Amino acid sequence: MNGLSLDLLGLQLFTGVALGALYILMAVGLSLIFGMLTVVNFAHGAFYMLGAYVGLWLMMHGANFWIALVVAPLAVAGVGLAVERVLIRPLYGRGIDYPLLLTFGLSYIIVELVRVAFGNTGYPVDTPEALQGAVDIGVGYFPLYRLFVIAATAVILAALWFFLEKTSFGLIIRAGARDPQIVRVLGVDVSRVWLIVFGLGTGIAALAGLLSAPLQGVIPEMGGPILAEAFVVVVVGGMGSLAGAAVAGLLVGIVVSMTSLFAPEMSRVAIFALMAIVLLIRPQGFFGRAGLMS
Amino acid sequence: MTDDARKFTSISRRAIVAGAGASLAAPFSFNIARAQQGNIKVGFPVPLTGPYGAEAQDQVRAAQVAIAEFNETGGLKGRMAELLVRDDKLNPGEAATRALELVEGDKVDFVVGSLSAAVQLAVNNVTKARKVLYNSISQSDTINEAKDFSPYTFHEALNPHMTAGAVGRYAFQKFGKKVVFLTADYAYGYEMVNGFQAAGKAFGIETLADIRHPLGATDFSALLPRIQALKPDILIISNFGRDQQIALKQATDFGMKKQMKIVAPILLYTGRLAAGAQAFDGVVGGTSYYWGMEKTTPSAKVFNDRFRKMHDGKVPSDYGSLAYAGVKTFLMAARAAGSTASEAVIPAMEALKYDYYKGPEYYRKCDHQSVQSVFIIESKNAPANDPDVFNIVATDEPNEANLRTCQELGHT
Repeated sequence: MNGLSLDLLGLQLFTGVALGALYILMAVGLSLIFGMLTVVNFAHGAFYMLGAYVGLWLMMHGANFWIALVVAPLAVAGVGLAVERVLIRPLYGRGIDYPLLLTFGLSYIIVELVRVAFGNTGYPVDTPEALQGAVDIGVGYFPLYRLFVIAATAVILAALWFFLEKTSFGLIIRAGARDPQIVRVLGVDVSRVWLIVFGLGTGIAALAGLLSAPLQGVIPEMGGPILAEAFVVVVVGGMGSLAGAAVAGLLVGIVVSMTSLFAPEMSRVAIFALMAIVLLIRPQGFFGRAGLMS
Repeated sequence: MTDDARKFTSISRRAIVAGAGASLAAPFSFNIARAQQGNIKVGFPVPLTGPYGAEAQDQVRAAQVAIAEFNETGGLKGRMAELLVRDDKLNPGEAATRALELVEGDKVDFVVGSLSAAVQLAVNNVTKARKVLYNSISQSDTINEAKDFSPYTFHEALNPHMTAGAVGRYAFQKFGKKVVFLTADYAYGYEMVNGFQAAGKAFGIETLADIRHPLGATDFSALLPRIQALKPDILIISNFGRDQQIALKQATDFGMKKQMKIVAPILLYTGRLAAGAQAFDGVVGGTSYYWGMEKTTPSAKVFNDRFRKMHDGKVPSDYGSLAYAGVKTFLMAARAAGSTASEAVIPAMEALKYDYYKGPEYYRKCDHQSVQSVFIIESKNAPANDPDVFNIVATDEPNEANLRTCQELGHT
């Protein structure tokens, strides 16, 4: 292949990390919700899209990107709380396919409502002025905004790790995931924990959606492809594992990026090939516990 | 064979079987009797839902203008025209079914429409088997070729060979010979690249890479570093709709416009409005029509004014205008022939020399391709909500030499 150099490989690797950042943000929410609630949340892509649209709406009404970046995830987290409390809670204990079908249907409703409110065609979102342009990162020029997305993802992951591992509420969440019955016996209100986990997951999905808006614009269907990719990340990383989502997200990003360099037509297939290989060798994923699905 | 093509053949085969059954059931003489009285019905399948919804809605608006003009000027011996709009959802199977209903159920006189290469071939398969006239208003090279063509098939839209050829001839002599292609991995992309390559031979262009991306990609960042490393003079991005908007946006973010000229075979008016000025700024491409040409072309001024009057001051888009011409040519040919019967309208269509909105056009006899001008446009940094978003930088005048020859297409 002509034009191949070490600098290009380095830049390509970095591009993969930036791609992986959004996969990670999507996958952590999905993975937490599955790990704690055993809910396969098919509406996760719709919440991602909703975050972008709420942010867009705020920006249309005078808010700047930074305010939208704080307010939109909180607003969508609020929607997530309502969805868990009203729709999903009655389905606990009924088998994994009930909430799966419910969230699947819900995603169609959310997408359709956004179409009604904002139209089919989608909107462009300009990169915030402070983050426009490209900077030299040693191996070549890289868009400043993508660097920001990587940084934002790192901050969220660190905060999440601290919350789960170092706070007493995090301890309850982890215990609730391991054995909800014992936690209940100990006098902890598990349903409140699940409510908060669902809200947290949808809020992070919304944040990812708004972060992606300056990269690709917004459109009601934007949650579809990334949901599929996030599921792959969750499966590869292991259901319910934060570290798994982070490692697998990076890996999937880098695999996409490197396949794009050598065989761009294969870049989408490569994700699923990776998943198939991991499933063959380690069915529970990198950091997953075996038997969670059963 | 692409996925689209495979889907299309299997579905159209089913549609033909269904259609054969339906036509056995209906007495043939009854069809003829129905067709020569009452309103002139124009079936109009376009993708109202889906990614090209904005274009399709504009196609409906422009077709309504053609219908209104025809009816106001007396119709055909008192027979008025009406438009039967159907949603083909940008799906060849859906389009074949809708076309079949229009032909068998509504007994339309003409079919005009579609907005994708695969969809138009599906519609054409239905109409040509039933000897109903069809005018396609979206880009395709295949529809000109002998195996898909029939005497009932007309193609008002440009084809990729003409469009990419015109853009290539402009770009290669102006911006350089070292070229990288970034191409959507389906028929539209391949046909465009072939068109550029054919035009590029005369200029001795050097293709550094032809990179294919999956249809409906949302991130092109992984493809861009390599293109930067290759240092081409020109990056030709052959994709459509949202793919084009995202690719241009991300190429801008990577600072690629400073290193090379970005060229697209087609720049869509609606796409440019949707994506904003930043992403398209300075990009050069082709179009069949830009409303701004009304300053120099009288027929464009007349059409735009009529369109504005009917549609709250809006201006017509490129693909919308094709719908106007596609409907109007059939109606005017029917008026000239004094009949809507296919056999009478075909020679009248072939004899048309028309200037309805963009300067002179006519249908070439062997493949019924509309011979017309191609405009080279450059996107400008217009403020938001300003409809004047392109500059016309060159015009490729109508010339059969810019089409593939009748022999090349397999016509004898």
